[in-house]
Amino acid sequence: MPHRTFFWFILPSLLAMVLFILAPIVSVVVQSLHQQHEQVLIEVENQGPFGTTISTVVDQEATQALREAEPLGRFVGLAVYTDRAHLAFEEIGSAWSTTDSIGDFVSRLMNLPFYRALIFTLAYVAVVTPLTIVLGLVIALGVNGLPGFLKGPTIFLSLLPMIVTPIVGGLVLYWMLDANGVLGQTLQDLSGNPNLSLKASTTLTWVTLFIYGVWSSAPFAFVIYYAGLQSVPEETLEAAMIDGATRWERIRYVVIPHLAPLTVFIALIQLMDNFRVFEPIIAFNAEANASSLSVNIFSDLRGDIALFNSAAATSVLTIIGVCILLTPVLIRTWRDFNSKGGH
Amino acid sequence: MSAVSSQRKSTGLVIASTAFVILWLVIASFPFLWTVWGSFKVESDFFSRADWTNAIGGVRTQIETGGAFTLNGYRGAWIQEEFWRAALNTMIVVVSTVVISLTLGTLGGYALARSGFRYAFWLLMLALVFRAMPHITLVSGYLLPFFEWNLWGHLPTTIIVLVAINQPFTLWMLHSFFLNIPKELDESAMVDGCNRFEAFWRVIVPVMWPGVITTGLFSFLLAYNDFTVTALLLNSENQTMVPKIVSFLGSTFEAGNVMFAVAAVVSAVIPLLILILFFQRQIVSGLTAGAVKG
Repeated sequence: MPHRTFFWFILPSLLAMVLFILAPIVSVVVQSLHQQHEQVLIEVENQGPFGTTISTVVDQEATQALREAEPLGRFVGLAVYTDRAHLAFEEIGSAWSTTDSIGDFVSRLMNLPFYRALIFTLAYVAVVTPLTIVLGLVIALGVNGLPGFLKGPTIFLSLLPMIVTPIVGGLVLYWMLDANGVLGQTLQDLSGNPNLSLKASTTLTWVTLFIYGVWSSAPFAFVIYYAGLQSVPEETLEAAMIDGATRWERIRYVVIPHLAPLTVFIALIQLMDNFRVFEPIIAFNAEANASSLSVNIFSDLRGDIALFNSAAATSVLTIIGVCILLTPVLIRTWRDFNSKGGH
Repeated sequence: MSAVSSQRKSTGLVIASTAFVILWLVIASFPFLWTVWGSFKVESDFFSRADWTNAIGGVRTQIETGGAFTLNGYRGAWIQEEFWRAALNTMIVVVSTVVISLTLGTLGGYALARSGFRYAFWLLMLALVFRAMPHITLVSGYLLPFFEWNLWGHLPTTIIVLVAINQPFTLWMLHSFFLNIPKELDESAMVDGCNRFEAFWRVIVPVMWPGVITTGLFSFLLAYNDFTVTALLLNSENQTMVPKIVSFLGSTFEAGNVMFAVAAVVSAVIPLLILILFFQRQIVSGLTAGAVKG
């Protein structure tokens, strides 16, 4: 296709992406380098009974006018990144030098909003991704063994947790796990603790969120693996059986290697999606015990006064995180592409 | 797997694997059944302090409303809290997003599949990077300019933003569908004197619908399930369903009725159930098309 035709065909799509994906990325970078204007101070002379005193007060009108004239604020370089709400170098330094053990240091870190969010986000990615893959594979193997007429309905029900709106799926589980909900009460009975509440404990909240994560993404892994299982080479399986391989050995040495490229794909998609974990924390109303990078941005933007600069700085740090996550994939694709010699 | 291997399965294994599948099905679907059932009860049954079995029989529902089932939650959500307005907004946003995304996506995806130049590959890679951007980071980039230019709060703004966020995925998917349509088809049309666009319009468009429908399903899901963009870019009059549900939760203490939210949640799930019922095959094939070819 000539360059010119290609250009006209791709233009609308490219324009949409440049305006609403690339431009906002530039916009967050610019915003993150600015800070809202400080309040305008003026000196006022007060004629009191003991002579004239000069006091400094905030000129509300001028402040308002200045902030409205320049909503972006003033340029402050990297100051927003290093403040307490983000990378907090100062606080980290003092925490490092004043704490004795790693445990103390980590608990100090958990008081800093950015690190608290980062630790949860990474924990979520690290726990949910592998569990999703394993659960998805086991379900796929199980469903594959079912008689044909049961497969359709089974897939229908299995798709539910993935297809429903994340907020809705989260709420449905949240209500059941409520202290007065069916699962919450069952857990209280099982543990013998009538005051057991998932909301009260950080650990339990984290575990609940992880469970939600696996529940909602396992169907995705299942569907991919299930499709992969339909194309397992029969000859290899039969050859393995003739060689005396047990069922487990056949799965281990024939089926799993066959599914390996799919695992890479699932892992890639799951890494990207889990890194932006957001909705479950809102649905479980869990901001007090768990926050992710996305939640930090959301609460900055949703507060009484929107903190655009702070949200932008967290956004830039998140984007850097995504890029680090994607680097191995991109390098690999680049190598594959070069070894094929391009088009 | 083959008939041969299934013959050699031990009974124990069959029982264990079937039991596991049944357990999974309960885990996957019971929460929804429970919520649908509970949405016809009153709050003191669904969140029963005394005994969770009340939610099944509806003891308090009998006492408070005189029947075992009540539509109070639905009435409160749809009429009193005007959930119908949110449903209407969702419909507008979703339909427009799907139509526009597919229009842009088919043109772009077709070009990417037929280009053969190096930059087409790099555009696809760029789309992959864009696909990975958390939506909230993009929204954080929009808000300030949108406020300044008075674009904030309107449905068209949200639609365009959702279309753009949807593009990377749509491009990837349609690109791989177009790769499956033989090149010779449109090339022979061009030999017969069509230009590129006529060839696309007369030869490719008639055969592309299976791919477009599958891609459209996923665009639909993205727009329908979105919370990040709609919650931050729409004002309360223009709210769509998902942010509206979340706002019910914020106000439940005043209204004293979390059942509005439960009823709204069930209402929002029903279109998705219908969607899976009719398009299960396309959803499964769409998910796997990405894996096999992407």
